[in-house]
Amino acid sequence: MSEKLSRFSGTGDYIVSEELQNSVNVAIALGRPLLVKGEPGTGKTMLAKSAAENLGLKFIIWNIKSTTKAQEGLYVYDTVQRLYDSQFGDRDVSDIKQYIRLGKLGEAFTSDEQVVLLIDEIDKADLEFPNDLLWELDIMSYFIPETGETITAKNRPLVIITSNAEKELPDAFLRRCIFHYIDFPDKAMMASIIKVHHPDLEERLMLQAMEAFYSLRNVSGLLKKPSTSELLDWVQALELGGINPDRLTHELPFLGVLLKKNQDLDRVPRNQQERGGRSKSFPYSQRG
Amino acid sequence: MFINFFHQLKSEGVPVSLNEWMTLMEALAKGLAFSSLTGFYYLARAVLIKSEAHYDRYDLAFAKHFQGLETSDDVIKHALEWLANSQPPLHVPPGERSPFANWDLDELRRQLEDRLKRQDGEHHGGSQWIGTGGTSPFGHSGYHKAGVRIGGQSVNRSAVQVAAERHYQEFRDDQITGVRSFEVALRKLRQFSTRTEGPKDELDLDGTIDATCKNAGKLKLVWERPRRNTMKVILLMDSGGSMNQYMQLCSRLFTAAHRATHFKDMRFYYFHNCIYDRIYTSPSLTSRNAVKTEDVLSSLKADYRLIIAGDASMAPSELTMRGGAIDWDMHNEQPGLFWLERLARHLPFSVWLNPIPSEHWDRTEGYYSIALIQRVFPMFELTPEGLEQALKKLKAKTK
Ligand SMILES: Nc1ncnc2c1ncn2[C@@H]1O[C@H](COP(=O)(O)OP(=O)(O)O)[C@@H](O)[C@H]1O
Ligand SMILES: [Mg+2]
Repeated sequence: MSEKLSRFSGTGDYIVSEELQNSVNVAIALGRPLLVKGEPGTGKTMLAKSAAENLGLKFIIWNIKSTTKAQEGLYVYDTVQRLYDSQFGDRDVSDIKQYIRLGKLGEAFTSDEQVVLLIDEIDKADLEFPNDLLWELDIMSYFIPETGETITAKNRPLVIITSNAEKELPDAFLRRCIFHYIDFPDKAMMASIIKVHHPDLEERLMLQAMEAFYSLRNVSGLLKKPSTSELLDWVQALELGGINPDRLTHELPFLGVLLKKNQDLDRVPRNQQERGGRSKSFPYSQRG
Repeated sequence: MFINFFHQLKSEGVPVSLNEWMTLMEALAKGLAFSSLTGFYYLARAVLIKSEAHYDRYDLAFAKHFQGLETSDDVIKHALEWLANSQPPLHVPPGERSPFANWDLDELRRQLEDRLKRQDGEHHGGSQWIGTGGTSPFGHSGYHKAGVRIGGQSVNRSAVQVAAERHYQEFRDDQITGVRSFEVALRKLRQFSTRTEGPKDELDLDGTIDATCKNAGKLKLVWERPRRNTMKVILLMDSGGSMNQYMQLCSRLFTAAHRATHFKDMRFYYFHNCIYDRIYTSPSLTSRNAVKTEDVLSSLKADYRLIIAGDASMAPSELTMRGGAIDWDMHNEQPGLFWLERLARHLPFSVWLNPIPSEHWDRTEGYYSIALIQRVFPMFELTPEGLEQALKKLKAKTK
């Protein structure tokens, strides 16, 4: 099985560090889930997509919300429908199978082709959620008592799990995973990311925008630091707005694209936000 | 050599388990370190370290342990080759591949534990140990070494150099405690309703089956009263000036409280330094989101649990004087202490959480106001342990 998975080497639209490539390949070789953690916008979701594309595998996404239960990933038994049918319907209710709906894990296990299964933002779920999936992810199989059926992975999927670094995950779960923390991109890497998205961007505008962006990230006490995706949006706004790169040394147009929280906007002095500021050295000083 | 690295990691405080160590051995046997120290650096990190907060400790341990080897990757190369060569890669069909500890892995673990005990402290050549490990039944090597490129050969700097640069110092978590531990603590605050109150609106499965059987197979639903958590909580957080340095800590408590779905009701309010006749529904404390403390109080029954989070550090006048509020537009008619006492009287289940470590409470700038407030509210440190003690207190009346 896993020998079919060759190795991950990135895709044209996704800039990936060599270390991260390696982590993906270690996870493939060991048949373990890869847990990717990092600030929002560091490309975790995109990594899984890129891996699927690069390895030529089907891509299955399980988006986790605060209400998601582990069981939903395995299967849901629609008892209500069955009850309804038994009283009023004309379906054969003795065939329980038709009331069993496989979840994303089941979909990944039963797929004829090998898949990349992304369990996205696992830290959104209940505290015990990861533990509830341990066994199934380990043995790549589960039992449905209602039908007496065992669902076993035809091909071991590459499981990529992301976490936004908000909540710690249980130790037992962590011990099973290969772990990779995606560093916030340095300037060189950020430049490549921007170029992938905006190939025709004027070089000076890009450099000035990055300069401003990184100083902004250094403002202490921000509730939410601007991320890669916000920088990408901002660069686009600057380009569309026809902003002269030189203006960025002393003012930050469209600041709302970078900072989404009002309190964060308050931390950057007004005069730097729209009009020219005075200090040349570090224009985005912290308030009081 | 390797096993000493395990000890080194432990002594730097990295929580690495034997299980993960075995996985690393499996990975080495598969050639995933690609016979280079750099490869080993990233491989071992990916397998052993599960939080960026421990990356720095890993770097320290790695730099210390492999310093002597810095100039030559040969040592590790030989060790790895030896390990890899002693294990002909096997192709094991999916069904037979149990990632769970089957007996041989258990046996390995036992051996390893044994070895750890025997070799503790004494110096020994790694190859000897690996040699023993190499003959071990890692039978799952279904992946050809050459198929994976691990540890970029393009990296010129040695792994020890990379480790010594300690890029992850700022991620260390020595002081910071996470949301999860707060959440775990908050879970303990429960108070269940009895089965005699409330509507019967939960399906009683066993009862239904029983009744349906008695009803000759015709469906008869039986409902029961669910046991619900009746705990109601109000959280008041200081959101001004001196609290900025504790913002991360407080926001973790806030996040944890926000995620707690097991309370019947959970309300959040904010204040600056002390509570007066107005509190706020948003941490920005603008008059637009001010509400009368009086009104909030009258909407709360005495069974609400009150948690106040703040550094309790202020000028004594802010507590004891009319018009003492730090914000000039506050014009409090009653001193802060009056309001605190009123809150404590109205809500007998109440605690104060202080982000300042308790050993400093009698020494910080705000020692006087801290002492005054402690006379009104039992005060605990804003740590998972402190929160746990506080929650215990919240189950019983304060006075
Ligand atoms: N390494 C990267 N290469 C290319 N684009 C990236 C990269 N990292 C982030 N992006 C951009 O940022 C956006 C957010 O990435 P995403 O994968 O959703 O982040 P996360 O899942 O970590 O929050 C993506 O849509 C992509 O446009
Ligand atoms: Mg994402």
